[in-house]
Amino acid sequence: MCATCGCGSDQVHVHGEIIHAHEHHHHDDPAPQARTVSLEQDILAKNRLLAERNRGWFAGREVFAVNLMSSPGAGKTSILERTIRELRDRLPISVLEGDQATSADAERIRATGASVVQINTGTGCHLDAHMVAHGVEHLAPPRNSVLLIENVGNLVCPALFDLGEQARVVVVSVTEGDDKPLKYPHMFRACDTLLINKIDLLPYVRFDMERCIANARQVNPDLRVLRLSAETGEGMGTWYEFLLGAAANARERA
Amino acid sequence: MHEMSIATAIVDACAERAVGARVLRVRIEIGQLAAVLPDALRFCFEICAQGTAVEGAELEILEIPGRGRCEDCGATLALAMPFGRCDCGGFARIVGGEELRVKNMEVA
Repeated sequence: MCATCGCGSDQVHVHGEIIHAHEHHHHDDPAPQARTVSLEQDILAKNRLLAERNRGWFAGREVFAVNLMSSPGAGKTSILERTIRELRDRLPISVLEGDQATSADAERIRATGASVVQINTGTGCHLDAHMVAHGVEHLAPPRNSVLLIENVGNLVCPALFDLGEQARVVVVSVTEGDDKPLKYPHMFRACDTLLINKIDLLPYVRFDMERCIANARQVNPDLRVLRLSAETGEGMGTWYEFLLGAAANARERA
Repeated sequence: MHEMSIATAIVDACAERAVGARVLRVRIEIGQLAAVLPDALRFCFEICAQGTAVEGAELEILEIPGRGRCEDCGATLALAMPFGRCDCGGFARIVGGEELRVKNMEVA
């Protein structure tokens, strides 16, 4: 059984290992008298508890954890690759990669020289706090570092699951359409930062930047918006400033 | 399909408290702004319950409507989406409709 929490699914693999199997309870003779048992508990309480544990673990090690979410193909991995290459002398970065299958993204990150652990969720559509706890056990991020968690490409499900991160970032690319924030409002409400990626493609696509930002702020007026291109590097500086500043603040708070 | 994770969490919470009894009915509250589909959840619940103390239990879902409070004038308004604006133009903060709660269960 899992030492972290004692629960989980038999489909999730961290670095190719099954993290643990599910237990089933059987019983033979039910008593005839029905009675009501009060639970009054948050359905996601267990995930929240594990997320708080992760948060404490990160704070104790002065690790600034960022949860990166987007639809598939918005450029999360490309943003990570460039970020690691350009910040590696100033900020140690390690990565948890979440995908349903393959370790293709982990290979891309490994090629940058950063340490990375791939989490395969099987049919699961999001990472949860439990998977992240196992992932960081394997990854062992160094003190005073940044942990970038690339969630499964999906603009719906990951929004509900706290991982214990200190920043939640949603990435939208200009090839996706400026109405994404209104179509997937839960995600944009759950995040504190929006990265609008692939701005180098703006001349070739019908994407209204101002409308996209207005749509996003309609859902979440407090959203921080950064425009960038992981391909050309344009705008990446403001993202680095955000990461460096946030990581320094996290150290001061610890 | 995060409803599968939600259903697993409900079944785990109930099975843990069933201590040998059979669960007949589970009552939960789902807010209409919680991004969870009741029909999908029922489907997943039935599958997740198999082989546990919760197998065959009926899932009773109480849906809680979305409500917001205007940040500017303080008015309360109904929300069909997880965002909205008041007639006065102010941003509406969600004050209801995000519930995801297991209320109670009937066991025998």
